[in-house]
Amino acid sequence: MTEKPSGTERPEAAESSADAAPLVELADVSKMYGNIRALDGVSLDVRAGEITCVLGDNGAGKSTLIKIIAGLHQHDSGELRIEGEAVRLGSPRDALDRGIATVYQDLAVVPLMPVWRNFFLGSEPTKGWGPFSRMDVAHMRRTTHSELLRMGIDLRDVDQPIGTLSGGERQCVAIARAVHFGARVLVLDEPTAALGVKQSGVVLKYVAAARDAGLGVVLITHNPHHAYLVGDRFVLLKRGTMAGSHRKEDLALDELTRQMAGGSELEQLSHELERAPVPDHLR
Amino acid sequence: MSAPASAETGAEQGEGHASDERLAPRSPLRRLLGRPELGSVVGALAVFVFFSFAADSFLRASSLSTVLYASSTIGIMAVPVALLMIGGEFDLSAGVMVTSSSLVASMFSYQMTANVWVGVGVSLLVTLAFGLFNGAMLVRTKLPSFIITLGMFLMLTGLNLGLTKAISGTVSTKSISDMEGFDSAKAVFASQLTVGGVDIQITVVWWLALVALATWLLLRTRAGNWIFAVGGGQHTARAVGVPVARTKMGLYLGVALGAWISGQHLLLNYDVVQSGEGVGNELIYIAAAVIGGCLLTGGYGSAVGAAVGALIFGMTNKGIVYAQWSPDWFKFFLGAMLLIAVLLNAWIRRRAEANR
Repeated sequence: MTEKPSGTERPEAAESSADAAPLVELADVSKMYGNIRALDGVSLDVRAGEITCVLGDNGAGKSTLIKIIAGLHQHDSGELRIEGEAVRLGSPRDALDRGIATVYQDLAVVPLMPVWRNFFLGSEPTKGWGPFSRMDVAHMRRTTHSELLRMGIDLRDVDQPIGTLSGGERQCVAIARAVHFGARVLVLDEPTAALGVKQSGVVLKYVAAARDAGLGVVLITHNPHHAYLVGDRFVLLKRGTMAGSHRKEDLALDELTRQMAGGSELEQLSHELERAPVPDHLR
Repeated sequence: MSAPASAETGAEQGEGHASDERLAPRSPLRRLLGRPELGSVVGALAVFVFFSFAADSFLRASSLSTVLYASSTIGIMAVPVALLMIGGEFDLSAGVMVTSSSLVASMFSYQMTANVWVGVGVSLLVTLAFGLFNGAMLVRTKLPSFIITLGMFLMLTGLNLGLTKAISGTVSTKSISDMEGFDSAKAVFASQLTVGGVDIQITVVWWLALVALATWLLLRTRAGNWIFAVGGGQHTARAVGVPVARTKMGLYLGVALGAWISGQHLLLNYDVVQSGEGVGNELIYIAAAVIGGCLLTGGYGSAVGAAVGALIFGMTNKGIVYAQWSPDWFKFFLGAMLLIAVLLNAWIRRRAEANR
């Protein structure tokens, strides 16, 4: 049984966590791919009951950052601290064992597999011993249904391939899974990128629910509107470096949007778009 | 927070009912349509009915026993090959690995004048080493398994011929039928059981045992969940902590184990082994798995389906003989059957998805 009871041993929400060590802390972390500097001197912390948003354009280093926290890649310099202890994560399993669960935009689930198999993938509860050890299928089916119901997803049939669910529902299943297995830090990679407005709202609600359950959340996105709705802290990445780090009370949405879009670059773009003279051949 | 979300999911699925009652309307027929082996079962029934009419002697008990035997020799390999395909990989060396396995057992026993069981044991180790090599190369290099096992296929084909000629001077091994332990080994790998007056080859027992084991593994164990996952979404599986490399290595070891059982039967049934045998069989195993509902891209399929696929091969192979047609047509029938089965499977899957 690798399943951990959910809801126990969790630190209390935001108020008490401010003075404790952050759940995850990156200090001046850099990562090179060959001679390309993908990430340079990035710092952020994730606290229980808070959502830390990482924003940046394509190629800003968001994916690299995620992969370091998730244990897929190792950082080259700087420190990754989990509850104050400097670590190097060797594999995703390593990260999971330390309570860090990552939900990837396109890798959240295996589409052809039934919902209940997906829900417990990698942490299947077993009964019996030795060569007769088998999955506790009845328990898995029942738990999947009840846990999803708790998150507000009422499935007809946990046996349907998860690929038949909508994109938003799949994200929610992945989040519900992480919460069920007692993750203390939830890393979400562009959870709303491929979704419509309504579906995005549903997903953001689960993100907030996870936060209220006392998890520390890292939300990676390039949508400042979504980030501002739920975020407590904002880290802006630009070409692999930190372009800013703010708390919500120090930052207005307009400012976030402006910084996110590259600030002066956006102004110049809008300038160009407005005043662009009509080329001769289009006259 | 639950109310709006459930309203939304309910609306999306186009269902007005409240909760679990919604499960009821899904009839047993629908559930059957969702099974990967359905297409192959329908196909097997069709082939059976066809040869029952086309060949008078097809329905005799002795004929059916022969059909089962032919099916089992393919099925013993088709089952582990199907698991491997569900895990998203190929093994083109599976056919010649059977021959290699029997050659090793035969030549080791003969050259060392050892008990046949020693040769059988050495053969197990060597064959598992082949599987381990395939798996390790795949995991290490991350090259497509098609290429790696194609290389292995060619190397083993060459080794089989080259080493056999170098050691025994001809393309076949020397007979080991008078050696110590031959009879007991033959009892395990190549004997006949008489059930109700009909002779059943012991390979049929091996085959059924493998199907049962593989089905249990696939549907009821963690390893089975991992096999589906590494085939259906390798990166997802890795991200949630599934040991992808170990699972794939295990699948290649499974194929090697099948090759060993098959190989020992080949040797003990005929006393001698032709070193050029086995080439082309790998595609028959793959075809049986595909007829049985395995997706070429991995992540979907069943061991029972692969076994039924093997049964279709056995019925066609022997049915053509009983119908007194030229066996030259065998491959043509198989090819046509493969295409029909794949189309049928794809159609059923679409229906099954639409019906959900």
